[in-house]
Amino acid sequence: MNAKTLKLLAVAALGFGLTFAPQAARAQISGNVVKLGVLTDQSGLYADNTGPGSVRAAKMAVDDFGGRVLGKPIEVLSADHQNQADVGAGIARRWIDEEGVDTIVDVPTSSVALAVQGITREKNRVFLMSGPATSDLTGKACSPLGIHWTYDTYALAHGTGGALVKQGGDTWFFLTADYAFGLALERDTAEAVKAAGGKVLGAVRHPLNTSDFSSFLLQAQASKAKVIGLANAGGDSINSIKQAAEFGIVAGGQKLAGLLVQLSDVHAVGLKTAQGLTVTSAYYWDMNDGTRAFAKRFMAFPESKGIPPSFVHAGVYTEVMHYLKAIQAAGTDEATAVVKKMREIPINDFMVKNGSIRIDGRVMRDMYLLQVKSPDESKYPFDYFKILATIPRDEAFRPMKDGGCPLVK
Amino acid sequence: MFDLIGIPPQALFGQLLLGLINGAFYAMLSLGLAVIFGLLNVINFTHGAQYMLGAFGAWALLSYAGLGYWWALIVTPFAVGAVGMVLERLFLRRLYNIDHLYGLLLTFGIATILEGVFRQRFGSSGLPYPIPDSLSGGHNLGFMFLPNYRAWVVVASLGVCLGTWFLIERTRLGSYLRAATENPKLVQAFGINVPRMILLTYGFGVGLAGLAGVMAAPIYQVSPLMGSNLIVVVFAVVVIGGMGSILGSILTGFGLGIVEGFTKVFYPEASNTVIFVIMAIVLLIKPAGLFGQTR
Repeated sequence: MNAKTLKLLAVAALGFGLTFAPQAARAQISGNVVKLGVLTDQSGLYADNTGPGSVRAAKMAVDDFGGRVLGKPIEVLSADHQNQADVGAGIARRWIDEEGVDTIVDVPTSSVALAVQGITREKNRVFLMSGPATSDLTGKACSPLGIHWTYDTYALAHGTGGALVKQGGDTWFFLTADYAFGLALERDTAEAVKAAGGKVLGAVRHPLNTSDFSSFLLQAQASKAKVIGLANAGGDSINSIKQAAEFGIVAGGQKLAGLLVQLSDVHAVGLKTAQGLTVTSAYYWDMNDGTRAFAKRFMAFPESKGIPPSFVHAGVYTEVMHYLKAIQAAGTDEATAVVKKMREIPINDFMVKNGSIRIDGRVMRDMYLLQVKSPDESKYPFDYFKILATIPRDEAFRPMKDGGCPLVK
Repeated sequence: MFDLIGIPPQALFGQLLLGLINGAFYAMLSLGLAVIFGLLNVINFTHGAQYMLGAFGAWALLSYAGLGYWWALIVTPFAVGAVGMVLERLFLRRLYNIDHLYGLLLTFGIATILEGVFRQRFGSSGLPYPIPDSLSGGHNLGFMFLPNYRAWVVVASLGVCLGTWFLIERTRLGSYLRAATENPKLVQAFGINVPRMILLTYGFGVGLAGLAGVMAAPIYQVSPLMGSNLIVVVFAVVVIGGMGSILGSILTGFGLGIVEGFTKVFYPEASNTVIFVIMAIVLLIKPAGLFGQTR
């Protein structure tokens, strides 16, 4: 063999080696780093319940896990989807295609979550959902790699709706945010109310991020329904509750059902106005030592703004933890293998004992029925809720066969 | 007749009244904008952020100094106006001789900075501010329950709007101002300190925004986002009314509030967009606005 042939052979061998070496690496961790993309509303009406707090919760989980998995570093990216589906989808696509992101995390605002679910399903990536509510994410829009972690509209509807109908609120009127989330919440609550023997008298749909609800509340008042269901969240709920008090709705005998009201919303409205509201939740900071410990650590960070974590924040922390454990156990960050391990390992953290993940992606956990305390009952800062009841997981979430998810045989 | 429309007259009157109340806010805010644009030719995109500053000023006065709503009504507009004057002195003054667009960019940038800083500090959910005791409660008018505070808002807005219109259109001070805008060199030759007039006028317009903010604090959440939600609508109001016309923006503010109220009854999903549809139509038919004059 002369020198030329030898050189050619050497280059060919190098080429062969290089082609297959990354293959070997892919069996472990793709790109030699596990990248989590936390996509939330950083600046709009949901920013306090999710936003920078969710990013911090993800980082806390990564740090608590040790910062590395299978010997490789873990990186947390974040972005603002501004509650717009096209912006969120664009960011998710760019993250997956160009930046090697392995998992998308959180994504509040159901319309954005539905769009991102489509992308992660197509590109074979895990989607850890803490923020979005629509039960369609485990229904007709389900994905084999999408995990709906914290709560959904069905749980909120049956928890709060069922409880209020039992208390005598058998006629309902809805104030609905006019997009995927509000419509899903209205639909699920209407079904829950009718199943419990109540009647729906009507609904009015308002644009997302409305500041003045006076005319919608007037219509609700005129309907004479015993319960006015607020199928909205964040800033919309806060304004609805505040203005309902101003217009004498509660004083006039009608009850408000805050279908998705979280601790930061109660903080913004104030106990005087919010007292008595019944809400369904997956996490309250003052439930037990584990929840309190997490809240204390979370509140030490500036992103918390001094307010205890919401159930979305707690959900992000626990889902990232479980995901990293699953990577460790699976020996790879390949999406299907990791999700398989996530289903095999029972979920045990300060939010749930022996939680599990169904085929449609729904995480089964107990939910809690909480009621806002009156100013007199509140003894220390953020002592806002009393726990009325625990809703067992099989009652809280929709039976798998009813969802319409193509993965359920 | 009402039965044909399918809405009982009571509900309709209620919605109209509510529309009037919203219109009062639009009128007061667009008045400040119209004053600033009409007299100074500055497109003040900071208006929404200054409205937000007014609301936060009221909240701060209550939380840190224990001074209630009535104090806030007097003190906060002056404070916000002062901030506005600093802005004018440091930045806006340099832009009068060049394209309007630079003023727009500058004020838009400042608005974004202000809102970002406040959002960083206070979060986006906002803070509670109570309705003053003397104005709480309401009256049952038969067709609806009217909170006293909202009635006060309409009355106060009308007063402020008419007072401002009178000041600018019917007093000597107002005439100096209008003259100074048309021909500053000549007016200056008469010995009137034109730059100071402009400074005070900008401060006045901004003070109006601050006043609207204080009045909004008890009913809308005191939130860093409150200005950006409202500013686009207010700009539409000013454009429809005619960019330079004070009376135009007052009438259009109230009028559009009522139109929005109607839309909320018949097709609430469109209540955000109806004002812009009207703006598009008006601009196609009469580009200077309903009451405006082409310059």
